[in-house]
Amino acid sequence: MSNKIDKWLETNTFHHGEFWDILKLVEEKEKKGLKISLCIPTLNEEKTIGKEIVIFKSELMERYPLIDEFAVIDSGSEDKTLEVAASFGADTYLAADILPEVGDKRGKGENLWKAIYQLKGDIIIYVDADIKNIHPRFVTGIVAPLIHNDTIKYCKAFYDRPMAYSSGIRSSGGGRVTEILIRPLFSLFFPELTALIQPLSGEFAVRREVLERIPFPIGYGVETAHILDVYHEWGLEAFAQCDLDQRIHRNQTTNALGKMSFGILQTFINRLKSYGMVDKLPELATLYRQFQAEGNRYEQVTREIVEYERPPMITIPAYRKKYGIAD
Amino acid sequence: MTPKLKPILETIHPHRKSLHSVRELLLANAMMIGEIPASTGQEADRITFLSNRYTEDGLQNISVDEAGNGMAILPGKKGKRNILVCAHADTAFNHSVDHAMSVTADAIMGPGIGDNSLGLAAIVTLPEILKRLDISFDDNLILLGCTRSLGRGDLGGIRFFLENNKLPIRAGISVEGIQLGRLSYTAIGMLRGEISVNVPSAYDWAKFGASGSVAILTKVVQRIMEIPIPMQPPTQIIFGSISGGTSFGTRPTNANLRFEIRSEKAGMAAELKEKITDIIEEIESTSNAEIKFSAVAERQIGGLDYGHPMVKTMRQILETLEVKPRIEPSVGELSQLIEHGIPSVTLGLTRGKNKNEFNESIDIQPIFGGVAQLIALLQSVDGGLCDEQ
Repeated sequence: MSNKIDKWLETNTFHHGEFWDILKLVEEKEKKGLKISLCIPTLNEEKTIGKEIVIFKSELMERYPLIDEFAVIDSGSEDKTLEVAASFGADTYLAADILPEVGDKRGKGENLWKAIYQLKGDIIIYVDADIKNIHPRFVTGIVAPLIHNDTIKYCKAFYDRPMAYSSGIRSSGGGRVTEILIRPLFSLFFPELTALIQPLSGEFAVRREVLERIPFPIGYGVETAHILDVYHEWGLEAFAQCDLDQRIHRNQTTNALGKMSFGILQTFINRLKSYGMVDKLPELATLYRQFQAEGNRYEQVTREIVEYERPPMITIPAYRKKYGIAD
Repeated sequence: MTPKLKPILETIHPHRKSLHSVRELLLANAMMIGEIPASTGQEADRITFLSNRYTEDGLQNISVDEAGNGMAILPGKKGKRNILVCAHADTAFNHSVDHAMSVTADAIMGPGIGDNSLGLAAIVTLPEILKRLDISFDDNLILLGCTRSLGRGDLGGIRFFLENNKLPIRAGISVEGIQLGRLSYTAIGMLRGEISVNVPSAYDWAKFGASGSVAILTKVVQRIMEIPIPMQPPTQIIFGSISGGTSFGTRPTNANLRFEIRSEKAGMAAELKEKITDIIEEIESTSNAEIKFSAVAERQIGGLDYGHPMVKTMRQILETLEVKPRIEPSVGELSQLIEHGIPSVTLGLTRGKNKNEFNESIDIQPIFGGVAQLIALLQSVDGGLCDEQ
């Protein structure tokens, strides 16, 4: 297991700096005849959406034609998100207007799902709209592994969260929900998936052949469901991940993260049910898997965590004797 | 108007319209440049961005000189002469400031976006703009991002470039993000000074009249303000910043004043410098505090005449754009160009607010007119319309 994860980290984990040559990416994309679509799901993102559109359009459509199509799919913003997006020439859609015959559900997953119908690309890239330090790497980093390697079907972004570290080695991990909920769950039930450093990141690129075959929870569980379903069907080899350095975005409150965790947990347990794992729970693993980074090299750090349990005190003979408890 | 200028002026409005097609390229460059911190002397990352863009556009002679300036040449059809287009790369903000830009449908906000991320963006986008508008010149364009321009930088970048440049420069255009309509063609006499007051630790606080550094510095300011200053030609003393002390009741031992003298009268800055030195010596001798005066930067008066063909052309370009010229002397790159005898102007590209504040912003719509103005001026220089007869 550890060897497989180490090998995967070696071959399928990238740094965006490896893909600085966008022209090369465009050439490879054209050689393979791939069409690439970019979807930005939005809900009240007027402060950041304009910059994302200007920079992606300039760098990835005008300067280098890496993206063939670019759409903002909105859940019904009440601010000027759509107005700003349209003013810079983005195609904007209300999720409710796409596939109206299936009805309208409110949630980010709905936008991601409807994008598969609306956009024509062989690869669809999803990028959240709340990124303050937007840069072309947020697209090139996650699409490049799919362009270069036909076996990779799903590429996730991960970010370096700067922490104080005194040596060259730094701990690397996801956000709070990943570290408190997802990583422990994956360590217990799907240890190979712990290799994904930030499974919940909102930036990922996926092949259409995968997207059209997996269900989409419309709420908080969409990223978790994707990972579990892609893993279940295609295995760890189908994944890649790319380090995009820093991502600056608004921080969520602990209350909001609690709601998110509740939604994710529902999705997770649903998946255990549908994989027939609920009444056949695997032997619970005792290895907890985290990661550390040295430069651009990532390695897993495993810790044996055995939750030993003591029996009720009343079953201990010495205790019974001391307190005169009869057998 | 010379007959040759008319066709150039007639292209300004069509160009302004066509420039909308490069909107994203220009704005993306402005924002990406704006998000790279570049306090004076720390511009290397911005210059690297410029150099990468020059490379992508296939420019020639791409280089970063010893002063850190980023230069490239867009070769002309004949290439016998050179026109310098420059913009300063440094900002008034240090690296710890949040440099994130944000954009609405009408404006871009962020520290330094107008001064001078947009100016720099215009320079790096210029080759692509000219390509799309199918404009070429006989002369080479030297595109230069200048370092160490502001404050204590004292125009170090352009100074180094002009002292070491071997290429004959026919004319210079200094590009600033804001304000559209700006037309600078003269350099103002300037002295940028710093006065620091230090009260020695052995100072006798019990002595009659003893006072802290803030009070002593205040006395210096009062005395400077009493110096008679002529209304014409315009002369100003700007007290730019003052600092000193740490709390309410602790006697301050250090205080610092930064100021700038600007005058359109030859020799006035030097005359005022002498008077200020006298004031400082007098107050130092009566207070027993140490008062130091250092001149951080100085500029000489000079420039083109109002009737110079380059100035006249610029006025006609602005008139075509229906923008009222804001004629103001410069203490920036222009003063060095003028000192080297290169006919030059400084122009602005758009309207903006809160220059050098954290909430600095620029309007998007006027940028297209601003860039059309730059193109028209380049065409005029290239066509020989700005040469003195």
